Amino acid sequence: MQIQWEVFTPIHSFFGGTLIGLATVLLLFFKGRIAGISGILGALMQSHHTPADHYQWRAFFIMGLLLSSFIYSIFAVLPRFTIQANWLMLILAGLLVGFGTRMGSGCTSGHGICGLSRLSTRSFVATLIFMSAGVIACFIFLHLIGI
Amino acid sequence: MKNLISLISGLTFGIGLILSGMTDPAKVIGFLDLFGKWDPSLMLVMLGAIAVAFFGFRWIEVKKVTFFNEPLHLPGKSHINPELIIGSFIFGVGWALAGFCPGPALVALGYGSNQVLIFVIAMLLGIFLHDQVYKKLFDRHDQH
Repeated sequence: MQIQWEVFTPIHSFFGGTLIGLATVLLLFFKGRIAGISGILGALMQSHHTPADHYQWRAFFIMGLLLSSFIYSIFAVLPRFTIQANWLMLILAGLLVGFGTRMGSGCTSGHGICGLSRLSTRSFVATLIFMSAGVIACFIFLHLIGI
Repeated sequence: MKNLISLISGLTFGIGLILSGMTDPAKVIGFLDLFGKWDPSLMLVMLGAIAVAFFGFRWIEVKKVTFFNEPLHLPGKSHINPELIIGSFIFGVGWALAGFCPGPALVALGYGSNQVLIFVIAMLLGIFLHDQVYKKLFDRHDQH
Protein backbone atom coordinates (compact mmCIF):
# COMPACT_ATOMS: atom_id res chain seq x y z
CA MET A 1 0.00 0.00 0.00
CA GLN A 2 1.22 3.40 -0.96
CA ILE A 3 -0.80 6.58 -0.46
CA GLN A 4 -1.01 8.72 -3.57
CA TRP A 5 -0.71 12.13 -1.89
CA GLU A 6 -0.94 14.21 -5.09
CA VAL A 7 -4.56 13.19 -5.70
CA PHE A 8 -5.65 12.94 -2.04
CA THR A 9 -8.24 15.66 -1.31
CA PRO A 10 -8.96 15.44 2.44
CA ILE A 11 -10.57 18.87 2.89
CA HIS A 12 -12.85 18.81 -0.16
CA SER A 13 -13.81 15.21 0.51
CA PHE A 14 -14.56 15.77 4.18
CA PHE A 15 -16.54 18.94 3.51
CA GLY A 16 -18.42 17.26 0.63
CA GLY A 17 -19.13 14.43 3.03
CA THR A 18 -20.65 16.77 5.62
CA LEU A 19 -22.95 18.14 2.88
CA ILE A 20 -24.05 14.57 2.11
CA GLY A 21 -24.63 14.11 5.85
CA LEU A 22 -26.73 17.30 5.95
CA ALA A 23 -28.82 16.14 2.98
CA THR A 24 -29.39 12.81 4.76
CA VAL A 25 -30.47 14.57 7.96
CA LEU A 26 -32.82 16.87 6.02
CA LEU A 27 -34.64 13.93 4.43
CA LEU A 28 -34.69 12.12 7.77
CA PHE A 29 -36.07 15.02 9.82
CA PHE A 30 -38.78 16.06 7.39
CA LYS A 31 -39.67 12.82 5.61
CA GLY A 32 -38.51 10.19 8.12
CA ARG A 33 -36.77 8.44 5.24
CA ILE A 34 -33.35 6.92 4.57
CA ALA A 35 -31.40 8.66 1.79
CA GLY A 36 -30.48 5.39 0.10
CA ILE A 37 -30.15 5.97 -3.62
CA SER A 38 -30.60 2.36 -4.78
CA GLY A 39 -33.66 1.95 -2.56
CA ILE A 40 -35.21 5.18 -3.84
CA LEU A 41 -34.56 4.20 -7.47
CA GLY A 42 -35.94 0.70 -6.91
CA ALA A 43 -39.13 2.02 -5.28
CA LEU A 44 -39.60 4.50 -8.14
CA MET A 45 -39.49 1.65 -10.64
CA GLN A 46 -42.24 -0.32 -8.90
CA SER A 47 -45.74 -0.19 -10.31
CA HIS A 48 -49.05 -0.81 -8.46
CA HIS A 49 -48.53 1.86 -5.84
CA THR A 50 -51.59 4.05 -5.48
CA PRO A 51 -50.55 6.63 -2.87
CA ALA A 52 -48.98 9.47 -4.82
CA ASP A 53 -46.55 10.03 -1.97
CA HIS A 54 -44.83 6.75 -2.79
CA TYR A 55 -43.47 8.34 -5.96
CA GLN A 56 -43.49 12.08 -5.28
CA TRP A 57 -40.76 12.63 -2.69
CA ARG A 58 -38.56 10.04 -4.39
CA ALA A 59 -38.98 11.68 -7.79
CA PHE A 60 -38.12 15.10 -6.31
CA PHE A 61 -35.06 13.72 -4.54
CA ILE A 62 -33.77 12.07 -7.75
CA MET A 63 -34.51 15.29 -9.66
CA GLY A 64 -32.30 17.11 -7.14
CA LEU A 65 -29.47 14.66 -7.80
CA LEU A 66 -29.84 15.05 -11.57
CA LEU A 67 -29.86 18.86 -11.36
CA SER A 68 -26.99 19.14 -8.87
CA SER A 69 -24.21 19.28 -11.49
CA PHE A 70 -26.02 22.13 -13.24
CA ILE A 71 -26.40 24.12 -10.00
CA TYR A 72 -22.77 23.38 -9.07
CA SER A 73 -21.55 24.58 -12.48
CA ILE A 74 -23.16 28.01 -11.90
CA PHE A 75 -20.86 28.63 -8.92
CA ALA A 76 -17.76 26.62 -9.71
CA VAL A 77 -16.04 24.57 -12.39
CA LEU A 78 -17.06 20.91 -12.30
CA PRO A 79 -14.16 18.70 -11.18
CA ARG A 80 -12.13 16.38 -13.38
CA PHE A 81 -13.99 13.37 -14.64
CA THR A 82 -12.31 10.26 -16.05
CA ILE A 83 -13.98 7.00 -17.07
CA GLN A 84 -11.46 4.28 -17.85
CA ALA A 85 -14.01 1.51 -18.44
CA ASN A 86 -15.00 0.63 -22.01
CA TRP A 87 -18.68 0.33 -22.96
CA LEU A 88 -18.79 -3.43 -22.34
CA MET A 89 -17.40 -2.97 -18.82
CA LEU A 90 -19.85 -0.11 -18.23
CA ILE A 91 -22.81 -2.32 -19.15
CA LEU A 92 -21.61 -5.21 -17.01
CA ALA A 93 -20.81 -2.87 -14.11
CA GLY A 94 -24.24 -1.21 -14.35
CA LEU A 95 -26.02 -4.58 -14.32
CA LEU A 96 -24.00 -5.77 -11.31
CA VAL A 97 -24.48 -2.51 -9.39
CA GLY A 98 -28.24 -2.40 -10.08
CA PHE A 99 -28.85 -6.07 -9.29
CA GLY A 100 -26.45 -6.26 -6.34
CA THR A 101 -27.66 -3.15 -4.53
CA ARG A 102 -31.28 -4.31 -4.77
CA MET A 103 -30.41 -7.82 -3.63
CA GLY A 104 -28.32 -6.48 -0.75
CA SER A 105 -30.96 -3.82 0.08
CA GLY A 106 -28.60 -0.86 -0.19
CA CYS A 107 -25.52 0.82 -1.57
CA THR A 108 -22.84 3.23 -0.39
CA SER A 109 -25.46 5.75 0.75
CA GLY A 110 -28.08 3.51 2.36
CA HIS A 111 -25.72 1.08 4.08
CA GLY A 112 -22.43 2.99 4.05
CA ILE A 113 -23.69 6.34 5.34
CA CYS A 114 -27.19 5.92 6.82
CA GLY A 115 -26.74 2.39 8.14
CA LEU A 116 -23.34 3.00 9.70
CA SER A 117 -24.65 6.23 11.27
CA ARG A 118 -27.46 4.20 12.85
CA LEU A 119 -24.95 1.62 14.09
CA SER A 120 -26.84 -1.07 12.15
CA THR A 121 -25.18 -4.49 12.25
CA ARG A 122 -26.76 -5.35 8.92
CA SER A 123 -25.29 -2.27 7.22
CA PHE A 124 -21.93 -2.81 8.86
CA VAL A 125 -21.79 -6.33 7.35
CA ALA A 126 -22.97 -5.05 3.95
CA THR A 127 -20.44 -2.18 3.88
CA LEU A 128 -17.59 -4.48 4.91
CA ILE A 129 -18.53 -6.91 2.12
CA PHE A 130 -18.98 -4.43 -0.73
CA MET A 131 -15.79 -2.57 0.21
CA SER A 132 -13.80 -5.81 0.45
CA ALA A 133 -15.31 -7.12 -2.79
CA GLY A 134 -14.46 -3.78 -4.44
CA VAL A 135 -10.84 -3.87 -3.22
CA ILE A 136 -10.34 -7.51 -4.27
CA ALA A 137 -12.03 -6.99 -7.66
CA CYS A 138 -9.98 -3.85 -8.22
CA PHE A 139 -6.78 -5.75 -7.44
CA ILE A 140 -7.75 -8.49 -9.92
CA PHE A 141 -8.85 -6.03 -12.64
CA LEU A 142 -5.91 -3.61 -12.35
CA HIS A 143 -2.99 -5.76 -11.25
CA LEU A 144 -3.74 -9.33 -12.38
CA ILE A 145 -5.75 -8.96 -15.60
CA GLY A 146 -4.67 -5.43 -16.39
CA ILE A 147 -7.92 -3.87 -17.64
CA MET B 1 -43.25 22.05 1.00
CA LYS B 2 -42.22 18.42 1.59
CA ASN B 3 -41.47 17.97 -2.10
CA LEU B 4 -39.28 21.06 -1.99
CA ILE B 5 -37.39 19.59 0.96
CA SER B 6 -36.87 16.33 -0.94
CA LEU B 7 -35.58 18.32 -3.93
CA ILE B 8 -33.20 20.37 -1.77
CA SER B 9 -32.00 17.19 -0.07
CA GLY B 10 -31.24 15.63 -3.46
CA LEU B 11 -29.48 18.80 -4.64
CA THR B 12 -27.37 19.04 -1.48
CA PHE B 13 -26.55 15.34 -1.67
CA GLY B 14 -25.43 15.74 -5.30
CA ILE B 15 -23.38 18.89 -4.66
CA GLY B 16 -21.73 17.09 -1.74
CA LEU B 17 -20.83 14.19 -4.04
CA ILE B 18 -19.36 16.53 -6.67
CA LEU B 19 -17.38 18.55 -4.12
CA SER B 20 -16.05 15.40 -2.47
CA GLY B 21 -14.71 14.13 -5.80
CA MET B 22 -16.85 10.98 -5.78
CA THR B 23 -18.45 11.66 -9.17
CA ASP B 24 -15.05 10.95 -10.74
CA PRO B 25 -14.83 7.16 -11.29
CA ALA B 26 -11.02 7.35 -11.43
CA LYS B 27 -11.02 8.72 -7.87
CA VAL B 28 -13.32 5.98 -6.61
CA ILE B 29 -11.13 3.31 -8.25
CA GLY B 30 -8.15 5.06 -6.63
CA PHE B 31 -9.79 4.36 -3.27
CA LEU B 32 -10.49 0.71 -4.09
CA ASP B 33 -6.91 0.27 -5.38
CA LEU B 34 -5.72 -0.32 -1.82
CA PHE B 35 -2.79 -2.48 -2.95
CA GLY B 36 -1.68 -0.08 -5.66
CA LYS B 37 -1.58 3.70 -5.43
CA TRP B 38 -4.20 4.38 -2.80
CA ASP B 39 -6.31 7.55 -2.60
CA PRO B 40 -7.99 7.56 0.84
CA SER B 41 -10.37 10.45 -0.07
CA LEU B 42 -13.53 8.31 -0.05
CA MET B 43 -12.91 7.43 3.58
CA LEU B 44 -13.04 11.13 4.48
CA VAL B 45 -16.30 11.51 2.56
CA MET B 46 -17.85 8.76 4.66
CA LEU B 47 -16.32 10.18 7.82
CA GLY B 48 -17.74 13.65 7.10
CA ALA B 49 -21.18 12.28 6.20
CA ILE B 50 -21.36 9.97 9.21
CA ALA B 51 -20.12 12.71 11.57
CA VAL B 52 -23.25 14.72 10.68
CA ALA B 53 -25.78 11.91 10.11
CA PHE B 54 -24.85 10.06 13.33
CA PHE B 55 -26.29 12.85 15.48
CA GLY B 56 -29.32 13.22 13.22
CA PHE B 57 -30.19 9.56 13.63
CA ARG B 58 -29.58 9.61 17.41
CA TRP B 59 -31.91 12.55 17.73
CA ILE B 60 -34.75 11.31 15.50
CA GLU B 61 -34.67 7.80 16.95
CA VAL B 62 -35.36 9.31 20.37
CA LYS B 63 -38.01 11.71 19.03
CA LYS B 64 -39.61 8.85 16.99
CA VAL B 65 -41.55 11.18 14.63
CA THR B 66 -40.60 13.63 11.87
CA PHE B 67 -40.79 17.43 12.19
CA PHE B 68 -44.29 17.13 10.67
CA ASN B 69 -45.23 14.62 13.40
CA GLU B 70 -45.34 11.78 10.91
CA PRO B 71 -44.02 8.26 11.52
CA LEU B 72 -40.47 7.32 10.56
CA HIS B 73 -39.83 4.74 7.85
CA LEU B 74 -36.60 3.16 8.99
CA PRO B 75 -35.60 -0.39 8.05
CA GLY B 76 -34.59 -3.05 10.61
CA LYS B 77 -30.98 -3.08 11.70
CA SER B 78 -29.94 -6.58 12.57
CA HIS B 79 -31.39 -9.18 10.19
CA ILE B 80 -28.54 -10.68 8.16
CA ASN B 81 -29.56 -13.00 5.33
CA PRO B 82 -27.74 -14.58 2.35
CA GLU B 83 -29.18 -11.91 0.01
CA LEU B 84 -27.47 -9.15 2.00
CA ILE B 85 -24.10 -10.87 1.69
CA ILE B 86 -24.34 -12.05 -1.92
CA GLY B 87 -25.97 -8.81 -3.12
CA SER B 88 -23.34 -6.63 -1.44
CA PHE B 89 -20.59 -8.77 -2.97
CA ILE B 90 -22.09 -8.42 -6.48
CA PHE B 91 -22.41 -4.66 -5.96
CA GLY B 92 -18.77 -4.38 -4.82
CA VAL B 93 -17.50 -6.11 -7.97
CA GLY B 94 -19.61 -3.86 -10.22
CA TRP B 95 -18.48 -0.79 -8.26
CA ALA B 96 -14.81 -1.66 -8.89
CA LEU B 97 -15.41 -2.41 -12.57
CA ALA B 98 -16.56 1.11 -13.54
CA GLY B 99 -15.97 3.22 -10.41
CA PHE B 100 -19.64 4.18 -10.14
CA CYS B 101 -22.17 3.53 -7.40
CA PRO B 102 -25.81 4.63 -7.86
CA GLY B 103 -25.66 8.17 -6.40
CA PRO B 104 -22.58 9.49 -8.21
CA ALA B 105 -23.76 7.86 -11.47
CA LEU B 106 -27.06 9.80 -11.35
CA VAL B 107 -25.24 13.04 -10.53
CA ALA B 108 -22.70 12.46 -13.32
CA LEU B 109 -25.58 12.01 -15.80
CA GLY B 110 -25.79 15.80 -15.68
CA TYR B 111 -22.28 16.00 -17.15
CA GLY B 112 -23.82 14.88 -20.44
CA SER B 113 -21.53 11.91 -21.01
CA ASN B 114 -22.76 8.96 -23.11
CA GLN B 115 -20.66 6.57 -21.03
CA VAL B 116 -22.53 7.53 -17.86
CA LEU B 117 -25.82 7.13 -19.71
CA ILE B 118 -24.83 3.57 -20.73
CA PHE B 119 -23.94 2.75 -17.12
CA VAL B 120 -27.19 4.20 -15.74
CA ILE B 121 -29.39 2.37 -18.28
CA ALA B 122 -27.62 -0.91 -17.44
CA MET B 123 -28.03 -0.14 -13.72
CA LEU B 124 -31.78 0.44 -14.12
CA LEU B 125 -31.95 -2.82 -16.07
CA GLY B 126 -30.10 -4.55 -13.21
CA ILE B 127 -32.65 -3.15 -10.73
CA PHE B 128 -35.48 -4.34 -12.97
CA LEU B 129 -33.93 -7.82 -13.36
CA HIS B 130 -33.72 -8.18 -9.58
CA ASP B 131 -37.06 -6.68 -8.58
CA GLN B 132 -39.25 -7.88 -11.45
CA VAL B 133 -37.57 -11.09 -12.61
CA TYR B 134 -35.34 -12.66 -9.95
CA LYS B 135 -37.51 -11.71 -6.99
CA LYS B 136 -40.72 -12.92 -8.63
CA LEU B 137 -39.16 -16.27 -9.58
CA PHE B 138 -37.79 -16.63 -6.07
CA ASP B 139 -41.12 -15.73 -4.43
CA ARG B 140 -42.99 -18.26 -6.57
CA HIS B 141 -40.44 -20.90 -5.62
CA ASP B 142 -40.92 -19.93 -1.99
CA GLN B 143 -44.67 -20.55 -2.03
CA HIS B 144 -44.45 -24.20 -3.17
